[in-house]
Amino acid sequence: MTGCLAVWRKELTVYFATPIFYLTGFFFLLLAGYFFYSNIAYYTILSFQAGQNPYLEGMLTPLQMVYRPFFSNLAVLFLFIVPLFTMRLFAEEKRSGTMELLFTFPLSDWGIISGKFLAALALYALLLAVTGLYSAALAAIIAVDWSAIVVGYLGLLLLGGAFLALGMFSSSLTENQIIAAVIAFGLLLLFWVIGWYEELGPSGYQGFFKHISMMGHFEAFSRGVLDTRDVLYYLSFIFFFLFLTKRQLESRQWRG
Amino acid sequence: MIAVQDLTKYYGSFAAIQQLSFEVADGEIVGFLGPNAAGKTTTLKILAGFMPPTAGIATVQGYDCVSQSLEARKSLGYLPETVPLYPDLTVTQFLSFAAQAKGLDRQQRRREVDRAVADCSLEEVRHTLIAVLSKGFRQRVGLAQALLGRPPLLILDEPTIGLDPAQIVEIRELIRQLAGEHTIILSSHILPEVSQLCQRVIIINRGQIVASDTPANLTQQLGREARLHLVVHGPVAEVQAALLAVPGVKSLRARDNGAYSLEADLAFEVRPALARTIVQRGWDLLELKTQEFTLEDVFINLVTEEEEIIDNNLSHPQTEN
Repeated sequence: MTGCLAVWRKELTVYFATPIFYLTGFFFLLLAGYFFYSNIAYYTILSFQAGQNPYLEGMLTPLQMVYRPFFSNLAVLFLFIVPLFTMRLFAEEKRSGTMELLFTFPLSDWGIISGKFLAALALYALLLAVTGLYSAALAAIIAVDWSAIVVGYLGLLLLGGAFLALGMFSSSLTENQIIAAVIAFGLLLLFWVIGWYEELGPSGYQGFFKHISMMGHFEAFSRGVLDTRDVLYYLSFIFFFLFLTKRQLESRQWRG
Repeated sequence: MIAVQDLTKYYGSFAAIQQLSFEVADGEIVGFLGPNAAGKTTTLKILAGFMPPTAGIATVQGYDCVSQSLEARKSLGYLPETVPLYPDLTVTQFLSFAAQAKGLDRQQRRREVDRAVADCSLEEVRHTLIAVLSKGFRQRVGLAQALLGRPPLLILDEPTIGLDPAQIVEIRELIRQLAGEHTIILSSHILPEVSQLCQRVIIINRGQIVASDTPANLTQQLGREARLHLVVHGPVAEVQAALLAVPGVKSLRARDNGAYSLEADLAFEVRPALARTIVQRGWDLLELKTQEFTLEDVFINLVTEEEEIIDNNLSHPQTEN
């Protein structure tokens, strides 16, 4: 992990020096705010309508009506935004030739990979943290289930880590940032929707697509339920794509 | 400091370098000289740990550049050919990153960045974005990052390429100043640069070493013949005939305005005989001087010889019985 901190710091400096982070951050927060507000508005209307129905009233909780759809909305937003965060990580280094400099500094491959990954994750976490302010504002008006919200945010953090690892791997494949973003978006979308039709696939493997689907594993988090299988899935996913990135970087050894 | 043994690198079926072997001692300044695509950059990239060789061994301070790459990289500063920099960072931010990447702690980092900025005369642009720097300043930033942490070995790939004459002089002067405390290996296809800066020259062509010696020895080796320059006022045909008749003169070429280039056997001191011959015939001898062979002559001679051998082998391949 030699040099992880140096790369992490450099990446954050570059992120904050370029407009891509501010632009994507601005639109993300704008849309996230819109979704949060519309969920609350919808919840308020339904609450008024369900006033005469005690059974329905019991089912209408902020977690169910506001946070569950909000977490899903954020996940879909990140599906679009993360490729923009990760596209330059290695593609730009390759295009500009700074990769040569990076690999001749006394930095290990894991140091470079983890530094870049953690920098992108820090930005992702920063955006998530800002959306936490919405909850703080809501908590001033009504009672919210903080433990369920924290679990939801943990799920989003793990999901983001998985998105970023896959995005970074895509960036290591090419020196064109647009191609890196397109590959990342295509693969993320595939892993998102692959569980939609779990009955598809060869006999005996019907459940396979559901098991590898990112959306399927996010479901429990959005309900405020912490399932170690889901945590393990995301951690494995992250490690798998970081490992693939390392192998991809190592290919310079034999490609010449 | 550097030991290279039978180093070979193939790009597909193309051999960029073939069985290169050489050593560089501590404190030496060695010039890597060769035409474009001779294999200079490939060799330096292998030494810098950027890519492994196909075969052979390269060590820096006893550390293998492949299996002990991290340790080897800790003891070198590398300036790649096309100085790659991060345009979105300022000079100080970039140098600070490079210093941290080289494992310097916070205090050392500040000290080393200040020193490198001063050594490379970057004070006026230290808070400027690299994106807006001129080529000369970028080159200096590249050199500054290589100097961070005072690595014992500096690998400089074409350090003056693309610079204007004034900038070239500045960079050369800087390299000369660094000579005392670093071992330096620099590549160039600019001959005066190598002859001015380096104690030893390795000439490489088509991936193979064709000569390795001091610039003085290399020019001496080629100087088996004395080369003279004369300016004589007299009928050209008669002057030519008379001078060629002087014992030891091997060839003569007439140039404009009574100038002649003459090559003579070193075993003979031909100058007195030449002067006498000219004066006795009543011609005016305006100039007579010995011309020294330059590294350029050595380079062209060696590279041409090498190519002739290769061309001959290609046109007359030897058949095996």
